[in-house]
Amino acid sequence: MNLRPALRWPASYPLALVIALLAFVPVGVLVGLASDSAELFDAHNLKVLSNTLLLMVFTVLGSVAIGVPLALITAYVQLRWRRLWLIVLAAPLAIPSYIGAFTLYAAFGRGGEIQQLLGWPMPAVNGLPGATLVMTLYSYPFVMLTTRASLLSLDASLVNAARTLGMTIAASLWRVVLPRVATGIAAGALLVALYTLSDFGTPAIMRLDTFTRVIFVEYNAFGLSQAAMLSLQLLVIVGLVLFLESRVRGSKERPGRHLTLWPSRAQKWLMFLVFTPVIVMSIVLPLAVFGIWLLREGAGGFDVAYAWNSAHASFLAALVAVVLAIPVAHAAIAGRAGRFMERLTYFGFGVPGIVMGTALVYVGLQLPFLYQTLALLVLAYVLRFLPLAVGSVRSTAEGLDPSLVKAARLLGASPREAFQRITLPLTIRGMVAGAALVFLEAMRELPATLMLGPTGFETLATYLWRVYEAGYFGRAAIPGLLLVLMSALGLALMLSGERRAEFDVTGK
Amino acid sequence: MLKVSNLSVDYGSTRVVKNLNLALGDDEVLMLVGPTGCGKTTILQALAGLIPISEGEIQLGPWRSTPQKSVPPEKRNVGMVFQDFALFPHLTVQQNVCFRLKDTALADHWLKLLGLENFRHVRPASLSGGQKQRVALARTLAHEPAFVLLDEPLSNLDAALKDSLRWEIREALKAAGIPAIWVTHDQEEALSIGDRVGILNGGELEQLDTPERCFSEPASRFVARFLGEASFLPGQLQQSQVETELGMAPGIPIDGARGAVDLLMRPDDLSLLPAEEGNGVVDWVRYEGCSRLYAVTVGSGSQVRVRTSHEVHADPGDRVQLAIITTHPLAAFARA
Repeated sequence: MNLRPALRWPASYPLALVIALLAFVPVGVLVGLASDSAELFDAHNLKVLSNTLLLMVFTVLGSVAIGVPLALITAYVQLRWRRLWLIVLAAPLAIPSYIGAFTLYAAFGRGGEIQQLLGWPMPAVNGLPGATLVMTLYSYPFVMLTTRASLLSLDASLVNAARTLGMTIAASLWRVVLPRVATGIAAGALLVALYTLSDFGTPAIMRLDTFTRVIFVEYNAFGLSQAAMLSLQLLVIVGLVLFLESRVRGSKERPGRHLTLWPSRAQKWLMFLVFTPVIVMSIVLPLAVFGIWLLREGAGGFDVAYAWNSAHASFLAALVAVVLAIPVAHAAIAGRAGRFMERLTYFGFGVPGIVMGTALVYVGLQLPFLYQTLALLVLAYVLRFLPLAVGSVRSTAEGLDPSLVKAARLLGASPREAFQRITLPLTIRGMVAGAALVFLEAMRELPATLMLGPTGFETLATYLWRVYEAGYFGRAAIPGLLLVLMSALGLALMLSGERRAEFDVTGK
Repeated sequence: MLKVSNLSVDYGSTRVVKNLNLALGDDEVLMLVGPTGCGKTTILQALAGLIPISEGEIQLGPWRSTPQKSVPPEKRNVGMVFQDFALFPHLTVQQNVCFRLKDTALADHWLKLLGLENFRHVRPASLSGGQKQRVALARTLAHEPAFVLLDEPLSNLDAALKDSLRWEIREALKAAGIPAIWVTHDQEEALSIGDRVGILNGGELEQLDTPERCFSEPASRFVARFLGEASFLPGQLQQSQVETELGMAPGIPIDGARGAVDLLMRPDDLSLLPAEEGNGVVDWVRYEGCSRLYAVTVGSGSQVRVRTSHEVHADPGDRVQLAIITTHPLAAFARA
């Protein structure tokens, strides 16, 4: 509803513009910082670049290989406990990959937990193969979920038509179904690429020199401007992936009947054989390892303050993010320019945590009143996770029927009263959901927390990291299990249907 | 009394409502009808103050709204019944109907009258379409508007319900004694419900009159075709009689037509009998249950449509005898 002359800007625009431009502060800082550095590119850099790209490509291939068949099964096959299978198979997405990397690293290899427990010699999991394995296990759900969403939007009549024309089911899936979900697969694959590029914990634990790991090493060696240069190089790759992602257009098909397949008993067993190793490796193994450690070492060394610190910083981030999300979401609904501003804020989601950390560490060094404060850490969380809040707030506000506000106004309510009595109660769920998402993401965030946390400010994630660095693996049990619990809550929220922002971060 | 003078509305550079003039009586129900995109919903939104107007003015009792000085919707005291009901999903039926009421007596009255007493405490999501529209109407009327706007209130409901609910709404409006403007694209609804009917075409009001006059003396061929099955038969108009190849008929000139005219024939203005030496040939016939609709080409080459009792039977290609049976004057348009 526009009661103003068309030329006037909606009230939310100026604020949204400021917030959108804030998302680019890190880039500006990094450019300034990197210009001090002499080393643009050297031989080691080439190795880092090839490691990063190889990890990305292998992880994407692995995720497509696992994600697409699982999408077909969960979308079309009539299984018992369908919903449960879907939840379990999507669950790895919610678990931070560094938890997986840590536990896999500890479970395999000479003297690993498996060998200690069962006496079987196990190959070590590390380097490029190890990192690929972990990243694939924790990012295939992106492909599975985007592909599944595309599959569910297809009309089953085409498959039925192909089969009545004499094509087998496998052939009709291959020739009639998969070509039409290519964009869904591509969207998922690009999300996997983005996730892999920005992940810090896995390459660090697997000792693979990717950009994120090397940036952290440089930072610890006080090579802040070299870290900034590497960060910018990483951002260029991220930018390319984001650009590709904006090119992927969802194909619009008329929704139709839903395809359902009834498998035979043998086929069911085959599917079970596909599901099991994925679930065992990504969910059962970490839980088992943490469980063993808990039994062996108890809760030694753990301090409740870590959990409290995590919750405190994350809560502040969630609050600030939602407050900032409201004008951005309203601008996005109000017009095309606002939509563009909203897309600008999405940039922050693409900025890897380690890059955001590098930029804000420098900001802290320049602005002493921010140095080593909680505010700087909260700012990093907000800049990174604002898109999650914007997505949630926008989607509920968009779902609001505009005639409701009109009806309230015509019954005599002022704009203010209409907002308080109609708009606010109907969009509060989106705000709460957005805040919860930001909270959970911030709880799990590792690299920026490591770099920006005030001295002595230990969170669950940073404590887990210190335990890993110090080699006291057993002490990871409590923080690890708490983080998995947080992840489970996040998953419940994700699947409650309230929100799809995480799978739809580009605003398509 | 609602008075609209020279109202125009633009969307960007397109003028979607052109120079509209209307005056509405004290408890009159005015139907606005027209094809999709004729500007009827835009008119309602402009009257409600939901979109800005470009020219003209709207006046109702104490307020007057112009392009320079727009009265906000909440100050207009108008009620609106929306196509998609616009019930607040987080409030119960009772809370919806009492949205801004301090005294709930009137809300009780309308809830009872519209048969909603048993649904007071349920949320809109669990109501059927017809019940939702009744709640929307009760909410509007309970807030005592000075006039009511209805935006295709029945278009989201199924056919059987439409028929009874439209009478129920008209009765309620009359009982409340509130004037109403009701927008529809259904010409049958417009003719049967309205005290007056306005036919819109391309943002302009082509005719505004009683349903009877709009139907029998349409101001244009567009109105004639829009309101019902229309065929045109050539003839000569002389002193309120038209001589046609099917015989003489009383005629009434539209827009000063004289001499060569086209006479508007409705399917029930003609009779049809199978006859070897008849004056027409059947092109096609449609069986409609109680009746049959024939398309017949006459000597001059014009095609007319005739509705007969289902007992009269002729096949395509058969010769039939047509005769004009009407006694009321038929509209005569100048030959194009």
